[in-house]
Amino acid sequence: MSIRKLSILAASGVAAAAITAGASAQEPVSLTIVSWGGAYTQSQVRAYHEPYMELNPHVTINNDDGSANALAGLRAQSQAGNVTWDLVDMLPSDAQLACDEGIIMPIDHDEMLAAAPDGTPASEDFLPGSLGECFIPQIVYSTVLTFNTELFPEDAQPDSIEALFDVENYPGRRALQDRPGTNLEWALYADGVAPEDIYDVLATPEGQDRAFAKLDTIKEHIVFWTEGAQAPQLLADGEVVMATGYNGRMFDAAEVEGQPFAIIWDGQVVEWDGWVVPADGPNLDVVMDYLYFATDTQRLADQAKFISYGPARASSADLVGEHADLGIDMNEHMPTNPDNYFSPIILDNDFWTDYGDELRERFANWMLQ
Amino acid sequence: MAQADAGTEDLTRDASGQMVTADGVPLKQSLKRAERRRKLVAFGLVTPLLLFLLVVFIFPIGQMMWRSVDNPQVVNALPLTLEALEDWDGQGLPDEEVYAALASDFRTDMERARRDQFSGPLGVRLNYELSGARGAVARTVRNVPDFEAPYKEAFLDSHRLWGDVALWKVIEREGRPLTTAYYVAAMDREFDADGNIVMRDENRQIYINLYMRTLALSVAITVLTILLGFPIAYYMSILPMRYSNLLMIFVLLPFWTSLLVRTTAWIVLLQQQGVINESLVALGIIGDDGRFSLMYNMWGTIIAMTHILLPFMVLPLYSVMRTIPPSYVRAAKSLGATPFTAFRKVYLPQTLPGIGAGAVLVFIISIGYYITPALVGGQSGRMISNEIARHMQQSLNWGLAAALGTILLIGVLVLYWVYNRLVGAQNLKLG
Repeated sequence: MSIRKLSILAASGVAAAAITAGASAQEPVSLTIVSWGGAYTQSQVRAYHEPYMELNPHVTINNDDGSANALAGLRAQSQAGNVTWDLVDMLPSDAQLACDEGIIMPIDHDEMLAAAPDGTPASEDFLPGSLGECFIPQIVYSTVLTFNTELFPEDAQPDSIEALFDVENYPGRRALQDRPGTNLEWALYADGVAPEDIYDVLATPEGQDRAFAKLDTIKEHIVFWTEGAQAPQLLADGEVVMATGYNGRMFDAAEVEGQPFAIIWDGQVVEWDGWVVPADGPNLDVVMDYLYFATDTQRLADQAKFISYGPARASSADLVGEHADLGIDMNEHMPTNPDNYFSPIILDNDFWTDYGDELRERFANWMLQ
Repeated sequence: MAQADAGTEDLTRDASGQMVTADGVPLKQSLKRAERRRKLVAFGLVTPLLLFLLVVFIFPIGQMMWRSVDNPQVVNALPLTLEALEDWDGQGLPDEEVYAALASDFRTDMERARRDQFSGPLGVRLNYELSGARGAVARTVRNVPDFEAPYKEAFLDSHRLWGDVALWKVIEREGRPLTTAYYVAAMDREFDADGNIVMRDENRQIYINLYMRTLALSVAITVLTILLGFPIAYYMSILPMRYSNLLMIFVLLPFWTSLLVRTTAWIVLLQQQGVINESLVALGIIGDDGRFSLMYNMWGTIIAMTHILLPFMVLPLYSVMRTIPPSYVRAAKSLGATPFTAFRKVYLPQTLPGIGAGAVLVFIISIGYYITPALVGGQSGRMISNEIARHMQQSLNWGLAAALGTILLIGVLVLYWVYNRLVGAQNLKLG
């Protein structure tokens, strides 16, 4: 309770600062915030946008669902000299690329972001390894294998990544994403490589052959998906018996829509997702004020009330409570919950930076054969 | 013209015997002036269209083609290194002088404002040719300010690739303002260690296969639309107007519906738990485990695209058939031709301009199609445009996307030229 009070105090402090900043701050401002759409954008609207607009009535926030092609958009806007996006939600690998190209702003995390309620500076409060030069993490999400419980006998439900590659015991089609990331990791993991060794093995030609050979074993049983929303749809339609997908969307389909889905946390591939600020955006002052508010401890914990992604701040973990509409405890649905976090594969962005071009080609070739 | 005509009435000859108009201007000059005015007016009328085409069509296509050979990244980022590399014999690693030049290039770059730095694009560019190069650049460039001579050692300590002759060959080869590398990659080829163009490793070949498949799918779809569209168009052309208008609405209605809606409707119909499979199972025609895979493969692309492109075949066919007098076929029959001969020798040849126009339309549209294959095509129904879109939006290799697009454009132009030689474009008839 005291923490909550404190953060309300902090929030009103921000509001007060915005008011005292002078009359110019009160002129109507409209922010365009780019994110991933669907249940994910909704969680941001309810946890960040609505409370912020309540504190700052002169600000309106427009949502743009352009994150899937955010890097292409940022480049195009920067080249055209007409930046219309104020804030963009993107993956750290793309953020690093954009940062290297200078089209998004470098972030001084301690200077620009709120400290934890106990005074821990932001750079220490965010989970280790999550902060980027231009990147402010919001959540930890994971890509998980999910199956339709109705399509397997009760005594033979899949329980590990090995099931994905075991078409004898678990017959039926599988939905995988149409890109190498996560699929190659799982192929090696199911082939007996320990999570911490996966990227070392995958960096060798033999390891790559091994991963593709493993994928070959299930090739004729695969349906590929491209957009995040397709995976739960294919699973709900019965087109496939199991699908890989983002844990938040699978949670939404299972708990909110009541689909008979079960998530296999074994071998979950964990990654960050967060904000970047386009350089030369039109409303930088307001954006920085919004960011200070939307990335504080309480706001990050609030987002977990609406979707099952883990907050990126250590201090938010204790504040994660129940789902705002369903009233179920969100902790057990978090990728970072110790019960789920027993064999995680941490997505290695450095690896994909170096080998992504080559492996994407090989994967495209493999899909076509 | 009217003014020139008016002038003729009052023609006289001046002293030298030249024809002049009433106001004394020589006739030739007067006519020329009128002609020029007429041309200006005509040109004025087409100027908006011309400008429009130039701005939204010619200019972007030119820019796309330019992007497929434009290669500024290495030249911009490493001017001194390239100069020092000129003395390199290509055998073994370059010497200290080159590494020193590289260090000073990187230092200069680090002093630039963030968004003017060339090292980011440099790493991305080099990584297209050699895996790991982006990491090598990104990890080294920030440490360079602390480097001290001998630089060669410092670079080799910083990233293993700086000690790899392959990277230096790439830098030397791509250190020119124009490149063929994107076209080489688009043809599934690569440069070997000696700089020769060779086929890529078999498991990285993609594009030639895809071009062939795109061609085959487009031909199949064109043939299907002819087979399906011909009877409908014929039937519509012989019905009284009242009924043929009704049929026409059935043809046009899907044409007015959003492409995405139609494609999604096909998903509902074709999927394994979809309407078609469920009906067949319910009727006992197929077993529950014998459901057809009608989508997420080539069939999905063919079925959905044939439906979507059918109006482009029916409309030109119908408008051509409408103008064929029924008396010709009757005459053929009364002269003793069987119905089949009358159709083959008299009717069919007259519909050829319609078939030609419809086929060219359907073929050229389907060769660049992209949304429908992406949604219902699965992996075996993908076409080259899906790969172009992927390079535009996801891998962000715009140079390669531009090269693939240019090859597609040239391919279509060549096919059109062949078609023109065989059939003759003047025989196309849209109505």
